[in-house]
Amino acid sequence: MKIIVNGEPRDLPEDASVADAVATVTGAPNGVAAALNDEVVSRSAWTATRLTEADRLEVLTAVQGG
Amino acid sequence: MVMANDGDDALVIAGEEFGSRLIMGTGGAPSMSVLGEALAASGTELTTVAMRRVDPSARGSVLDVLREHGIRVLPNTAGCFTAGEAVLTAKLAREALGTNWVKLEVIADEHTLLPDPIELVDAAEQLVDDGFVVLPYTSDDPVLARRLEQVGCAAVMPLGSPIGSGLGIRNPHNIELIVERATVPVVLDAGLGTASDAALAMELGCDAVLLATAVTRAQHPTRMAAAMRHAVEAGRLARLAGRIPMRRYAQASSPFEGMVKSS
Repeated sequence: MKIIVNGEPRDLPEDASVADAVATVTGAPNGVAAALNDEVVSRSAWTATRLTEADRLEVLTAVQGG
Repeated sequence: MVMANDGDDALVIAGEEFGSRLIMGTGGAPSMSVLGEALAASGTELTTVAMRRVDPSARGSVLDVLREHGIRVLPNTAGCFTAGEAVLTAKLAREALGTNWVKLEVIADEHTLLPDPIELVDAAEQLVDDGFVVLPYTSDDPVLARRLEQVGCAAVMPLGSPIGSGLGIRNPHNIELIVERATVPVVLDAGLGTASDAALAMELGCDAVLLATAVTRAQHPTRMAAAMRHAVEAGRLARLAGRIPMRRYAQASSPFEGMVKSS
């Protein structure tokens, strides 16, 4: 199925979770947070939260700013 | 000797004490090592970061620099144009960084980077209700500062002039009005260009100063960071000392009695 991760379409298996999608953009999940269709998914729920076709996932971290 | 940072005069925001009244930003530094040196020279204990999509090719993290220097992280919502975007960004920051503190920025456009007051108050209210310690970047409008305080913000952070402009404090009178009426800390945020600007902010009665560009884009960031540290301390001491009133005419500092008389 197609999932939009940080604005880019990605092909993921049908049973993919938020954790699987996060792993496509970063291997270091410390200091990282994810929002699924504009709702924050806490890290403890990443593995249990299944994705569905055309979901939008945003994966953010801290950068220099302000 | 009286020092501004001797512990008797800590900055207190939402019950947390800070020995330094200089809050730093991290944007614009040419490298992580220069940033680390500058932050150390500034003496800051609280420093902002932005939240952005992860970049798989990124080398080193600003969080490592802050951790190395024992500096508390303050995530911001820079780049957000709506209350909705800012609230989501703040929630992501809370999840990613484990802090419920947020520097709330909701800007109106990319040209001026000035705050959008309607969206700002809306976002502040939502975040306060959700348990955040909200430190809003606001314009130098005493009425808006009041509104932000009324919805429960833990500080108000008026700009001196537009972000990154280095124009200093364009409306010192408004900053004084905000200081006079505020019952939460006032942090002068944005527009400072050099040390005298930071000193002026403190002399006007601000509780702290937040700056980034003036240091990170200076020719010698570490020197400017040290200059800002001293300026904030000097300005705070001058405020506590109570300056003399300005006078229209001269007032001799030497006595006139006992003057030599010549024929």
